[in-house]
Amino acid sequence: MTNRIQQTFESLKGKGEKALIPYIMAGDPSLEVTESLVLALAEGGADLIELGVPFSDPIADGPVIQQAAERALQSGTTLQRIFSTVRSLRTKTQVPLIFMAYYNTILAMGLEQFCTTAVSAGVDGLIVPDLPPEESDALYQAMRGAGGPVIIFLLAPTSTSQRRIEVIKRTHGFIYYVSLTGITGAQLTDLTQVKKNVQAIQKKSKKPVAVGFGISTPEQAHNVAQFADGVIIGSALVRTIAEQHQDPTFLSNIKNLTDNFKSALR
Amino acid sequence: MANWPNKNGRFGQFGGMYVPETLMPAIHELDQAYRKIKSDKQFQQEFKTCLKDFVGRPTPLYFAERLTKTLGGAKIYLKREDLCHTGAHKINNTVGQALLTRRMKKKRVIAETGAGQHGVAVATVAAMFGLEAEIYMGTEDMERQALNVFRMRLLGSKVTGVNAGSRTLKDAISEAMRDWTTNVGTTHYLLGSVLGAHPYPMMIRDFQAVIGKEARKQILTQAGRLPHCLVACVGGGSNSMGLFYPFIKDTKVKMVGVEAGGHGIESGEHAARFSGGRPGVLHGTMTYLLQDQDGQVNPTHSVSAGLDYPAVGPEHSFYHDSGRIHYTSVTDKEALEAFDLLSQEEGIIPALESSHAVAEVVKLAPTMKKNQILLMNLSGRGDKDVQQIARMRGIPL
Repeated sequence: MTNRIQQTFESLKGKGEKALIPYIMAGDPSLEVTESLVLALAEGGADLIELGVPFSDPIADGPVIQQAAERALQSGTTLQRIFSTVRSLRTKTQVPLIFMAYYNTILAMGLEQFCTTAVSAGVDGLIVPDLPPEESDALYQAMRGAGGPVIIFLLAPTSTSQRRIEVIKRTHGFIYYVSLTGITGAQLTDLTQVKKNVQAIQKKSKKPVAVGFGISTPEQAHNVAQFADGVIIGSALVRTIAEQHQDPTFLSNIKNLTDNFKSALR
Repeated sequence: MANWPNKNGRFGQFGGMYVPETLMPAIHELDQAYRKIKSDKQFQQEFKTCLKDFVGRPTPLYFAERLTKTLGGAKIYLKREDLCHTGAHKINNTVGQALLTRRMKKKRVIAETGAGQHGVAVATVAAMFGLEAEIYMGTEDMERQALNVFRMRLLGSKVTGVNAGSRTLKDAISEAMRDWTTNVGTTHYLLGSVLGAHPYPMMIRDFQAVIGKEARKQILTQAGRLPHCLVACVGGGSNSMGLFYPFIKDTKVKMVGVEAGGHGIESGEHAARFSGGRPGVLHGTMTYLLQDQDGQVNPTHSVSAGLDYPAVGPEHSFYHDSGRIHYTSVTDKEALEAFDLLSQEEGIIPALESSHAVAEVVKLAPTMKKNQILLMNLSGRGDKDVQQIARMRGIPL
């Protein structure tokens, strides 16, 4: 299955660049702002964009993203409304869009309906933080039936070599490497270990490896990009959005911030 | 019939292991460690000794003669888990998991608590086994159960308030899972009910099954036959599964699980998963869940902090759908009336959680024949709830 995610990584490889993958929470503070933000991120140089689907009980997330989910739910964000935003965005940008959604929000819609709606709206990939490969058969079937979106699986520092092989086999688009043993927004301290683990994955697989969790500055992004194929920026960006979304220069600030991160990956 | 879960941790469509990748290796490690000790005679002997000498087992099966007369129907027997050390059945499981923690050579345990009974039981075994313990508790529950917070601290545990979401048990579990994700190498998550990812529902059921094994033997000795019906309250569902499981193959024994009806099912303010929920995934398992149409978890209400949780153990969902166990609910008001009744008729102050089971007994017993036996699990004592009851009645202590 080739799609926009794969094409993007291939084209970046040709240019000798690494992928910048910002994460924002859909509907924080509102879906109107989310739509403008996606466009600003894409203009600023984001190569792929992760859209968080808010969930009431996000067990893999630290306080920054938990609070963003609470704000998004308060603003009336639902999966259906996020799909409408994606449809609207697809008339303006072709940047690959990846949903990060907890499994219950997908189950509530129905796996098949979720996948067919995602494909028709123009969602390219899906990350489900509480769905390990062991439990993914049902979603995988639905994804095959609908022809997308591709499922991106995660590997962590705790993953055994046997699990690495399983995830490498199942993941599409890229491998999401969780840089630290912890939740989103934690401090990344030991880059040497991250490098060692990413290289161990790369030895077994030609699929791109993107690193997320704990990367908050362009300098850190630059360091990670020395060995990884992409860098995910989550909590740092979500915090900035929470602090600055009422500033008149908000969107151009986000664009500049994105540009700073992207420059560190060229 | 009673050979669930299967090797994938499933009870039919329920159960499973829905946790982040970071935790998956720990979940598999725990599964392996548990399978090993399950057939290890030395471990089982240690567990038995601890239950006898530290917990005070076996707990009595008590014939509630006055209550039986007052209700005028079935003979009522109470399984006295309230007489366990620390005042509730929770300690059975914490002793088992503390022994397992020691086998896995981990030095730190974390736990969630709602009413505080599991937290106290964890703090107790942590002190006894020399483990470091941190207990997460919603700040609303900390207010409702201030006495138990103090008890946990007296026992040397750290109690950490959780201010997120509804500030109750659900949020305490989420926070404990986040801690576990961060400290998984050194820490065992000592979960308190038959919830969460496999192997927890199976393991905790097995540790709690001592309740039903004893009760079955005791009723055969004391009454010469099996009970007509079993009754227990269901929050996560560990005291009820502990009582029910050893009777599952006794097909003539009826089983009733009592959920928290809060202000009434029609009010929407309750924790009765089988009255308003549908299957979903929360905290690592697929089970009946109170949720809105978008899959967001609904807020719950119960006067009893220990029943105030939007999901239920996956094995309960399985037996609900198969029809083996019948589920019903009683309201806050009915539970509070039952609290007074048992206190004044039998001289036993029940926990607010267990009062829900008493309230169902009050409804059921008069509909049954005098020669029939109703066996109820009195899962905990009410000392922890005395302050809350006084506050609700406007009585300064």
